[in-house]
Amino acid sequence: MSKPVVIVGASMGGLRMAEALRRFSYDGPITVIGDEPHAPYNRPPLSKEVLAAEVNHEAVAFPQRPATADVNWVLGTRAVSADLDHRTVTDSNGEVHPYGTLVVATGLRPKRLRVANSELAGRHAVRTLDDAVALRADLQPGAKVVIVGAGFIGCEVAATARKLGCDVTIVGPGALPMLRPLGHELAAEMMRRHVEQGVTFRMKTNVVDLVGETRVTGVVLDDGTTLDCDVLVESIGSHANTEWLEGCDLDLSSGVLTDSSLRAAHADGTPWETVFAIGDVARFPNPTFDDEPRRIEHWNIPTDTAKRAAHVITAGLHSPEELDRVAAERFAPIPSFWSDQYDNHLLAYGLTGLADESRLLDGDINADCVFGYYRRGEMVGVCGIGLRSAVQGYRAAFA
Amino acid sequence: MIKVNVDMAKCQHYGQCVFEAPDVFKLNADDKLEYVAEVDESERANVEAAIDVCPMQAIFIVD
Repeated sequence: MSKPVVIVGASMGGLRMAEALRRFSYDGPITVIGDEPHAPYNRPPLSKEVLAAEVNHEAVAFPQRPATADVNWVLGTRAVSADLDHRTVTDSNGEVHPYGTLVVATGLRPKRLRVANSELAGRHAVRTLDDAVALRADLQPGAKVVIVGAGFIGCEVAATARKLGCDVTIVGPGALPMLRPLGHELAAEMMRRHVEQGVTFRMKTNVVDLVGETRVTGVVLDDGTTLDCDVLVESIGSHANTEWLEGCDLDLSSGVLTDSSLRAAHADGTPWETVFAIGDVARFPNPTFDDEPRRIEHWNIPTDTAKRAAHVITAGLHSPEELDRVAAERFAPIPSFWSDQYDNHLLAYGLTGLADESRLLDGDINADCVFGYYRRGEMVGVCGIGLRSAVQGYRAAFA
Repeated sequence: MIKVNVDMAKCQHYGQCVFEAPDVFKLNADDKLEYVAEVDESERANVEAAIDVCPMQAIFIVD
């Protein structure tokens, strides 16, 4: 029997990878190793539906398909190291998994505040189902919730917490929430809508210390003030989970550097033929925008990169000529994000964060609207509140 | 023919499916999802791709 494809990471990327391998007619063994105890589930509801109501794993789990019924799922188990020359992965139980091809799909984990008294209860992050369930238990009406970090996750949690009757303050280092992806005008408008819903903002401010004996009771800011706090949500960005690959001949400067075939790069830049990376952890070039490799933390990227990697892997198993042919195909996935905050339904395509300018294209800034995002005059993204057909229409301008 | 079903209680009309299977799914003038409930077998791969990209996981093929 051939050596398996070993996929490290049992989230959406790992699942889509296994499915895509089967779809491209790979019929050899597949092992998926993941540190969470749960089978793959959908994360977007975690900052919304899961916080707002009793939602269990079953409600957010991805359906398991017949084609992947024989996948060997090794869950609740972390990969701790890899030997890329001898093609093995060692897990946290000490078991060694030989592989024919390795797919790195270990994703990200939330950054946490660096504070002295970090052991206090009442601190939360939102990445996993267990995180969301734990936060939900703390979001009681009247609770004083301080959210550190004013990105999409922080703002979605703020909206959900307001709906649950919590008292909500967002603390962020920038001038406006969601500033980089939304641009100045739309970010300012979204901030206004949050304020209208009763959220307090402390922008251009950082947390320097926490107050509390066993539970957090206050948050000390760098302007010298202290906020009362029953529940602290830390949504200050993420780290790529690549520590287990340290010492390997890879470029791990931000995630795992790959080529446009998702083949991991050696430190000298040449691709491995047996090591791939997909999803949030993969830093790959996208010719839609330029030749700069980037990690893209959007929900559609694990699926798109899994399909690409599966196509390249199966081509390589077929013949060198087939591999060359598939690797030469253009891989240019269009990133997409969406976000629901109160009745504001945002939808975006492209990499709006690359823009140096945004312009109102449709609608009214005080109501539903569409913004175009431009880098040196060239469109790189579109984002709207509502008006989804219009947003989709502008996608063709750069896709 | 294959039968396509969208759980409209789950669907949030994000329209991601539209790009994967444009002959099956579309957003109407009110930005609400409309779809063809019975499509030719040749659409299966497109509908499966649409299932993968649905943020709400609301699309199903009824075999």
